[in-house]
Amino acid sequence: MLKVKNLSVGYDNVPVVFDASFEVKEGELVSIVGSNGAGKTTILKTLSGLLKPFSGQIEFLGRRTDRMPAHEIVKCGIAHVPEGRRVFGKMTVLDNLLLGAHTLENQDEIAGRLKEVYDIFPRLKEREFQKAETLSGGEQQMLAIARGLMSKPRLLMVDEMSLGLMPILVDRVMEILKEISRQGLTVLLVEQKVQEALEMADRGYVLQTGRIVAEGTGKELLESDMVKKAYMGM
Amino acid sequence: MLLQVIASGVLMGFVYALVAIGLTLIWGVMDIINFAHGEFLMISMYTVFWMYTLLKFDPFVSLPVAALLIFVISYLTYKIIIKRVIDAPGLTALLATFGLSLFIRNLAQFLWSPDYRFVTTSLVADKKITMGPVIIGLPQMAAAMGSIIMTVLVFYFIQKTKTGRAIQATALDRDTAKLMGIDTEKVYAITFGISGACVGVAGALMATFFPVYPESGALYSLLAFVIVALGGFGNIKGALYGGIIIGLAEALGGFAFGTQFKYAVVFLIYLLVIQVRPKGLFGW
Ligand SMILES: Nc1ncnc2c1ncn2[C@@H]1O[C@H](COP(=O)(O)OP(=O)(O)OP(=O)(O)O)[C@@H](O)[C@H]1O
Ligand SMILES: [Mg+2]
Repeated sequence: MLKVKNLSVGYDNVPVVFDASFEVKEGELVSIVGSNGAGKTTILKTLSGLLKPFSGQIEFLGRRTDRMPAHEIVKCGIAHVPEGRRVFGKMTVLDNLLLGAHTLENQDEIAGRLKEVYDIFPRLKEREFQKAETLSGGEQQMLAIARGLMSKPRLLMVDEMSLGLMPILVDRVMEILKEISRQGLTVLLVEQKVQEALEMADRGYVLQTGRIVAEGTGKELLESDMVKKAYMGM
Repeated sequence: MLLQVIASGVLMGFVYALVAIGLTLIWGVMDIINFAHGEFLMISMYTVFWMYTLLKFDPFVSLPVAALLIFVISYLTYKIIIKRVIDAPGLTALLATFGLSLFIRNLAQFLWSPDYRFVTTSLVADKKITMGPVIIGLPQMAAAMGSIIMTVLVFYFIQKTKTGRAIQATALDRDTAKLMGIDTEKVYAITFGISGACVGVAGALMATFFPVYPESGALYSLLAFVIVALGGFGNIKGALYGGIIIGLAEALGGFAFGTQFKYAVVFLIYLLVIQVRPKGLFGW
């Protein structure tokens, strides 16, 4: 579904991701893990078109997306839930969700999407007319994911959703993502929490200082010496 | 007499507010100060004047034409000039709009001479409304009403329509707006267009009672800067209240100290307010 070949990208002509190749297949839940500053967010921003690659190719559903503007990429079916939630704080929960559906034209379809995400996140329905900035951190994360789902994506990319959440909430949000993935949506997850992210993933990639250094099923990676040493202090 | 002064101050305030809303909108959405704002106002006034002189059109017939024309001019200003400089560092965008304002002003002098011109007859010319002790010129009344209507329309558009929602989102967080599938380039161009339509309407209304000349926009854009700063940069409601305050200050100042000092009073109030609230009355 998503194929990335030899991607190099960075800021102001300084590369921070080097020659990365990976893929996500239809229906999979794939995790890219790595520590602070490894380049995970940079990769997601490139996939969604906020950054332009220095070199390499990105192909989504058979179409090259690496030169497309970000708003076109959304229309191709990629939704990006950004790091730090980035909800529109001064706007209501409902407005945030409607913004997520910006690329949809059909009002019935939008109403249908809204109902679906409210079914997944009933708490958001209760807070429909509240300003997003008044939600708790966990609720904001749910809003960010719900907003991503509104565009009817084929691929949902979630950046560091555990950031700033209590462990119990992390489990809840992860559970919800797993459920969304079970229902058939393809998910690309980026996380510092290596153990959790690999446990729930079908496959994973390990990113170290901008380079992919290991790949495999979640289980394989968890059992590899490299991951155990570098990320689990064993 | 005092009531009279207050009433005419408030009425002008609504017109100033509309000019300021155009300015504050661009600032709020894209952090740019459009120094050519006053010159767009001036073009609108000339549009009404020439349609009146050459085609015998009433200013209220020309108003939608002027509004549309300035919408298009402002839209194209974004597409042709601002777009190229918006992400440039430092003062580039500021200098670009400043250059544009000088260019338009000089072009107007070249084409139409520096003479003062007047639109002497219109639907509302020379008519007055009497309400108890207060006598209001119909042109000023019509200008205030027209400005209020346009203000409400702009407010409604931003708050309630899909495009308005996209404008708000882009103003709050450009990158995340892009992730929603919003074409932020288009949003910027439309924002410039709406800003232009605001001064287009204001200019057409003002042409019914103010002289038209190449510098005629400059003073009002200066007032608009004060109003925007007073109300809080980027804040539409702030611009509305700021406009009324400045309209009042101008009228009361002129009444108390003589018309030659009215702007001294305006700037004094501005200086006082920003001492207490540096980000303006409604700034956050
Ligand atoms: N806007 C930017 N301008 C310049 N350099 C940046 C920018 N954003 C990130 N970087 C640099 O790029 C590198 C990778 O950053 P990135 O945000 O992709 O890491 P990450 O893996 O997402 O880290 P974290 O787990 O902390 O979110 C870092 O060295 C960072 O300093
Ligand atoms: Mg990150």
